Amino acid sequence: MSLFLIVALPFLGALLPGLFIRAGRQACYIATVSVTATAFLGLMLHLPAVLRGEVLTARLDWLPALGLNVNLFLDPLGFMFAALILGIGLLIVTYARWYLSRDDNMGEFYTYLLLFQGAMVGIVLSDNILMLLVFWELTSLSSFLLIGFWKHLPDGRQGARMALTVTGGGGLALIGGMLILGQIAGSYDLTTILQNREIIQASPLYVPALLLILLGCFTKSAQFPFHFWLPHAMSAPTPVSAYLHSATMVKAGLFLMARLWPVLSGTEVWVTLVCSVGLITMMLGAFIAFFKDDLKALLAFSTVSHLGLICFLLGTGTTFGAMAAVFHILNHASFKAALFMVAGIVDHGVHTRDMRKLGGLRHAMPITFVLATLAGLSMAGIPLLNGFVSKEMMLEEATYTTLFGNPLLVTVVATLGALFSAAYSFRLIGHTFLGAERHDYPAHPHDPKPGLWLPPALLMVPVVALGLFPFLAEPFVRLVTQAVVGDVAPMPDQYLALWHGLTPALAMSGIAVVGGAIWLALFNLLARVWHAIPRPEAKAMFDATIAGLARGASRVGDGLHDGNFSRYAAIFVVTVVAVGAHAWFTGDFAGASRQMLPVTFVAVVLWGLLIAATASLVALHRNRLMVLIVMGLIGLIVSFGFNYFSAPDLALTQITVEVVTIILLLLALNFLPRTTPVESGSGRRLRDGIIAIAGGVAVTGLVWTILMSDFPMTSISAYQLANSYYGGGGTNVVNVILVDFRGYDTFGEIIVLGIAALVIFALTETLLGGPVRARLLNRKIAAVRAGDPHPMMMVVLTRVTMPVIVVAGIYIFLRGHNEPGGGFVAGLVVSIAVVMQYMASGITWAEKRQRFPYHGIIGAGVLIAGITGMGAFLAGFPFLTSSFGYFRLPPLQEFELATAIGFDLGVFLAVLGAVMLSLESFARLGRRSETEDPDDAMGIDPSRILTDGKG
Amino acid sequence: MEFLVATAIGALTAVGIYLTLRQRTFPVVIGISLLTYAVNVFLFTSGRLLPDAPAVLRDGVDVYADPLPQALVLTAIVISFAMTAVVVIMSLGSFLSNGEDRVDAAADTPPPVRKPSEERS
Repeated sequence: MSLFLIVALPFLGALLPGLFIRAGRQACYIATVSVTATAFLGLMLHLPAVLRGEVLTARLDWLPALGLNVNLFLDPLGFMFAALILGIGLLIVTYARWYLSRDDNMGEFYTYLLLFQGAMVGIVLSDNILMLLVFWELTSLSSFLLIGFWKHLPDGRQGARMALTVTGGGGLALIGGMLILGQIAGSYDLTTILQNREIIQASPLYVPALLLILLGCFTKSAQFPFHFWLPHAMSAPTPVSAYLHSATMVKAGLFLMARLWPVLSGTEVWVTLVCSVGLITMMLGAFIAFFKDDLKALLAFSTVSHLGLICFLLGTGTTFGAMAAVFHILNHASFKAALFMVAGIVDHGVHTRDMRKLGGLRHAMPITFVLATLAGLSMAGIPLLNGFVSKEMMLEEATYTTLFGNPLLVTVVATLGALFSAAYSFRLIGHTFLGAERHDYPAHPHDPKPGLWLPPALLMVPVVALGLFPFLAEPFVRLVTQAVVGDVAPMPDQYLALWHGLTPALAMSGIAVVGGAIWLALFNLLARVWHAIPRPEAKAMFDATIAGLARGASRVGDGLHDGNFSRYAAIFVVTVVAVGAHAWFTGDFAGASRQMLPVTFVAVVLWGLLIAATASLVALHRNRLMVLIVMGLIGLIVSFGFNYFSAPDLALTQITVEVVTIILLLLALNFLPRTTPVESGSGRRLRDGIIAIAGGVAVTGLVWTILMSDFPMTSISAYQLANSYYGGGGTNVVNVILVDFRGYDTFGEIIVLGIAALVIFALTETLLGGPVRARLLNRKIAAVRAGDPHPMMMVVLTRVTMPVIVVAGIYIFLRGHNEPGGGFVAGLVVSIAVVMQYMASGITWAEKRQRFPYHGIIGAGVLIAGITGMGAFLAGFPFLTSSFGYFRLPPLQEFELATAIGFDLGVFLAVLGAVMLSLESFARLGRRSETEDPDDAMGIDPSRILTDGKG
Repeated sequence: MEFLVATAIGALTAVGIYLTLRQRTFPVVIGISLLTYAVNVFLFTSGRLLPDAPAVLRDGVDVYADPLPQALVLTAIVISFAMTAVVVIMSLGSFLSNGEDRVDAAADTPPPVRKPSEERS
């Protein structure tokens, strides 16, 4: 099966449970388990090739220039992890089928589980580290959903949040580290990076990259001091704990450390950091686990401890350490997943996981007892079980390792870790199953259905088999170890065996087991001491940190963004000017390298007018009507300017937009106060003035610099000028760019335009539907109004000119491809003609004669543009490719038809509809506020004169 | 000529910023419109100033005004109209709901009793 399919199957399969749950829980289970089983089977088909030593790849380039691809590769390390993820996944899916109660939404649970499964498989098979990061984040997200699956439990929600915060934060660090690593190696492909050990370790960026990557790995794999999230994630349903927190997610960090082992390991920083963090975590986790009364909490801290153990083994940087790590990853996954499931079974049967309320369960739950004993003793490191073999390898490795110049330190800490580990394992078995049978269980204990005990029982097969015959795993473990270490160092000559002779490791093992038993015998005393000593509470510290961060963030946020627009506008301007000034003073603008154009008289006059008009706004801006007049003047001069500098299309557009904008602002001013009161004091005005002048000077300098220096690169317009006529069939290059070269942009823009108009419509509707309406109806018109709302001369004039303007609009539209004009301008011109009818004859009159709603016109425009664009598909061209031809239709002259005209028609309609819908919405606010319009548009309503005149 | 254009854009920007920093919605809208002019003209000038060039392709002419910034600015002008309209309806809605047109009016402020003097103004 293709590697792509193996990764994609769980993601695609995640769609199934939600559908199949309607057919019942069994159907939902079968759908889910088939997905996982298919992926597992597909993976197993590759086993022979992997055993032959082949590395399978699947490559798919996306943006090769940026190093973005979707490459997967399957080597023994990836295979081992993928097999763990999918294999244990099968057991977990089955276990969950019987574990989840009828109140739980099984479809939702399986969906999350499959998402998580896909993300995990993605991590272990990715060749591209950027893609690996994406999958990495996906595991954080999907585990968040899984941990918080019981949404009604506050513990579940808080635990999920904590897990997401810690692993997500580590994920951010990891992104940084991986990007640095990719930069050093010059490639984002793992297979390439792994070849570049020397370059990477010699780079000055090696240490930052290493620290960031390790931060990601340590948070994910719950290493000290980030271990605290894992116990809090135990409020998840037990299948989740068994899956995520024993076999898969927490191993992702270890996987990455193993994956990058050839390039990162072996340096002093690596050995010191990874070894000590691993050792501390191992000992601390084991120590705390012993005192936990909750079965799952004990297992959580035990997991922390075992992860620390593996971390330490990887940290030693020796190939024997790597081999022990690989073997222990396998062993830990098998016994720990089983133990979590056992904890779930006990919880299920007795309705408590508190060991103080348990004990003597061996009679009532014999099957569970056997499973727990096997797995627990394996965890304790008792011979004939697989945990013993790898733990002894760890102890042996510890004797070789020297940290901080002290050869005994590691040995002692490792032995202590093993001792505590044996102690809590014994306690788990002893305090749950041994001892006197009790009669005060919260529920009647019993062995569960096979669906619950079979999955852990299956896991006991490797626990016992590899414990008795470790050499069975040897070829595979060696293969994986080879994949971990690459060609950095020769393979170790040690072999996996039960009996290595009388070694120091055996003595340490003995000390640990006997010491563990004694430690347990002292439990009552130790527990009293433990509970008496105050100790830091991770959750309280975490909550305080988060609360502090949130407070700090909102203080900064509220300071910068206090809801007053002018405040953040000012901050924005000052920041931009400061950054620009920095660029200016540190840049190397050599001065003008181009000649200035000669100044003409007209230009000076227009410039003077513009400056005067603009400056006068500062003085006049309190008189709002005056402001609009000056704005019209400025718009006019800008249009002149466009025309002067050979851009007639822009001039046409600017001047028509100017008309509708002024109408719009006049409509708005109808409701707003006519003047702006003086509010800010002179100090504030001075400050704003300084900011404004600084901004103006900066922009002047920027424009001057751009205009007076040569382009650093050539403009792409040459291409458009050259191809406009022959490729696009038009001589008006601006229009050809709009409808052809950059048609996609234009298509997006008319959609934005339509959305903006709909937003205005929706806001108007909301306003008119709320309390504002009553206020509008009760509004007293203060200003003296014209006695005649619809003067006859204006009515006649607008009606007579309407056809003329529309014809002009059509003309501008049709000639757009070859002469200045086009859909945008034509749409604006025609909308002016229509608006004039509203103004002259009233909204009621105009609405009665309106055939099509403006929403429809916008929609039709977008649709026509889109369909025209898609027409290119018929000819086998990409979207919006236009074609054109010349036709002769007697008695007319030869004329050109281009498909672009269809697109331009869409633009025309969208512009017309959007402008009209906006203006009409404003006008409707006005209509509701006034008394009814007279029926006869041309009629004069004398009553208004009388009432208004008095008012 | 370049100097005139640069200072004109600078003046538009300066007054635009000043009005944007006012406390009432209407000057802010006007300020944003002025900034829109400034930005549009700025974009246009990035294609160089070229008076008296033919508007459309002609035989035998090699020098044209850069059409690309023109196309960009053309749509920008139309879109900025739509955006102005959205800002105006928002400020209008705020004014009609709150009874005042300050830019920092809280959404849940009850409308104050209007004084007759404000009506007239």
